[in-house]
Amino acid sequence: MSAEPANLELREVSGPSALGGGRHRFFELLWLMSVTEFKKTFFGTVLGYVWSLMRPLLLFAVLLLVFTQVFKLGSKVAHYEVLLLFNIVLFGLFLEGTGGSVASVVGQEGIVRKTQFPRLVIPLSVVLTALFTLGLNMIVVVIFMLVFGAPPLLTWLLFPAILVPLLVLVCALSMLLSALNVRFRDVAIIWTVIATALNYATPVIYPLQIIQNETLKHALMANPLAPLFQQAHLWLINDPETESLITAAGGPLPLIAAGLIYVAVCVAGIWVFNREAPRIAEQL
Amino acid sequence: MAGFFARIAPLTPVTYPPLLTTHAPPQVAIEVSGVEKTFRIPTQRVDSLKERLTTFSQSDYRELHALREVSFEVERGEFFGIVGRNGSGKSTLLKILASIYAADGGRVRMAGRLAPFIELGVGFNNELTARENVELNGVMMGLTRRDARSRLGAVLEFAELEEFVDLKLKNYSSGMLVRLAFSVMIQSDAEILLIDEVLAVGDASFQQKCADVFYEIRDSDRTVVFVTHDMRAVEQYCHRAMLLHDGRITAIGDSDEVARRYLRLNFEQAPSGDADMGGLADITLSDVWLEDGGGERITNVEKGSELRFGAIFEAHRAVEGPSFGFAFSDADGVEVTGFGLGLAGDVPDRLEPGQRVRLSGEIENRLMPGRYVAKCWVHREHNYANLVLHSPHVLDFVVYGDSGAGVVALDHHIAATVEAASPVEGGARVEGS
Repeated sequence: MSAEPANLELREVSGPSALGGGRHRFFELLWLMSVTEFKKTFFGTVLGYVWSLMRPLLLFAVLLLVFTQVFKLGSKVAHYEVLLLFNIVLFGLFLEGTGGSVASVVGQEGIVRKTQFPRLVIPLSVVLTALFTLGLNMIVVVIFMLVFGAPPLLTWLLFPAILVPLLVLVCALSMLLSALNVRFRDVAIIWTVIATALNYATPVIYPLQIIQNETLKHALMANPLAPLFQQAHLWLINDPETESLITAAGGPLPLIAAGLIYVAVCVAGIWVFNREAPRIAEQL
Repeated sequence: MAGFFARIAPLTPVTYPPLLTTHAPPQVAIEVSGVEKTFRIPTQRVDSLKERLTTFSQSDYRELHALREVSFEVERGEFFGIVGRNGSGKSTLLKILASIYAADGGRVRMAGRLAPFIELGVGFNNELTARENVELNGVMMGLTRRDARSRLGAVLEFAELEEFVDLKLKNYSSGMLVRLAFSVMIQSDAEILLIDEVLAVGDASFQQKCADVFYEIRDSDRTVVFVTHDMRAVEQYCHRAMLLHDGRITAIGDSDEVARRYLRLNFEQAPSGDADMGGLADITLSDVWLEDGGGERITNVEKGSELRFGAIFEAHRAVEGPSFGFAFSDADGVEVTGFGLGLAGDVPDRLEPGQRVRLSGEIENRLMPGRYVAKCWVHREHNYANLVLHSPHVLDFVVYGDSGAGVVALDHHIAATVEAASPVEGGARVEGS
């Protein structure tokens, strides 16, 4: 109990909001919620870390088998196995970040309806947890890359230039989806379909240069994820076969479209979440 | 210093606001002005995108005015009660104060940090240890991580759970969980606490501890807004209280008076049809009531007031040697009083079909405040074995007024006198009165 009553001023209470309650508190809560969630999945069980690695590695093994043995793709692309593992892990951030946050606000109903805190913490903590997972998985990817003889390049250091825009997109989508899912509970179901479609519309399991249909390839570059993954490919492996963004897009138009979609998603995410945040507790 | 703000003891019948404002004028901790809240309840709920896209008609809404023009102030250091029936808007108000809901209109202003406790243990994570949960909960309530961690010792000490600090909550018993949650609340150092119906937790000794803390908080300069159905708690802890009904403030002020108003309101509106008037078909109880000294029928009885009783039975078949009885029990089911009687006067000791019997008279009203129910029975041939009517719940009433110890107030004629000092024992003795 405070020893001496300070003179406290009356301050207006503005109600619940996306960010309300101070920046300091927002980041501490964000950090704490992500860390606890991370600890829960990784250190809760004996094989926590191993288990979390199993999923991308198993997926990697299956895809590698299919694409090198069935489709004979591996032989055409330099260091295909390195590229595949890297892409799976990076796309994992997108899948885990968006997929996990869709239902996050609804799932945290108990605290949303019973206490006051910046609502934005909920979806963003899911994204942050996904980022931690990415960090852990990247250790394995780097070891794998070195073992399988992909020569280290200076451009590897440019990885943050891929990661940051991807992270921003994931954050925007997680805000948009988690807020919409409060109103329309089937958003989560719809999103799993869209996410799968995006997985194939992005050069994740295949490199862009194997697409023969030029129009399709140009169209794919309008997907904001595609230029990011293509640029990552360019920086990851020194292979003259890999097309630059502008070549793959066949002109600036698809890239401009991708940029516009990117900005639109970010604006929509922030706008929708801000608009919905004050009413989330009532609608649950 | 405690005299910084003026306050009255909760049970002194002094009019509010207090006259003792020789110090600084009381500071306002919470100011609510003209708060409105309307919920739009869709008559047909559209909660999927599919329905939204396939339903052409704009869905209809039913408007529920949860709060209308609610304005009040709570002073710094006050323990302020909010009472009301279910659906009166009190929880909505609390959630608006706690920034969980946004008000549709009006303004809420607050001085100081607020910690809401709408439910015990909000945000507790079963997979985490007590240590981690206390930290997480503290940060959620607006503390910094360092402050939240430094609070841990005090929280665990109060909850008597020091040995289990690194045990995951999923391994806690429910009693331990409640203790931890309550302790987190108590140890919160926010200036304003919002508490919704969380008393009566844990075993008897922990409850006593909680009650002590509530008294301590009441006398400190922390402000508490307390929502409850328990009128005894209101009378015990609250300096002032407010009665909400249909989203409006119907009474505000002295907590005893508000509690009384609540009880009156509650039982005036209680459905009277649920009293079991049936029974075996030989004889039925067709009416039973209480009335005050003026003959007015009442469902709420003021403590110590004149209380009259009436009942009408109707026989459907002949009943030989009937006895009529009533027994009154308190809220704990303890029978407090009762009576049984046969037909009075110079009449045949039997009832013919269609005959009616009226019971009427006065009951000495020594009942302490609380809720009471009456049961009724009739047997034939003045033999308890021959039951013809037994209705367990025919009357339900509340006695209101200042509470005291026990279930009945007995007249007493006891005086305290000072005896001449005895030279053998020496020293003066003071007898309590």
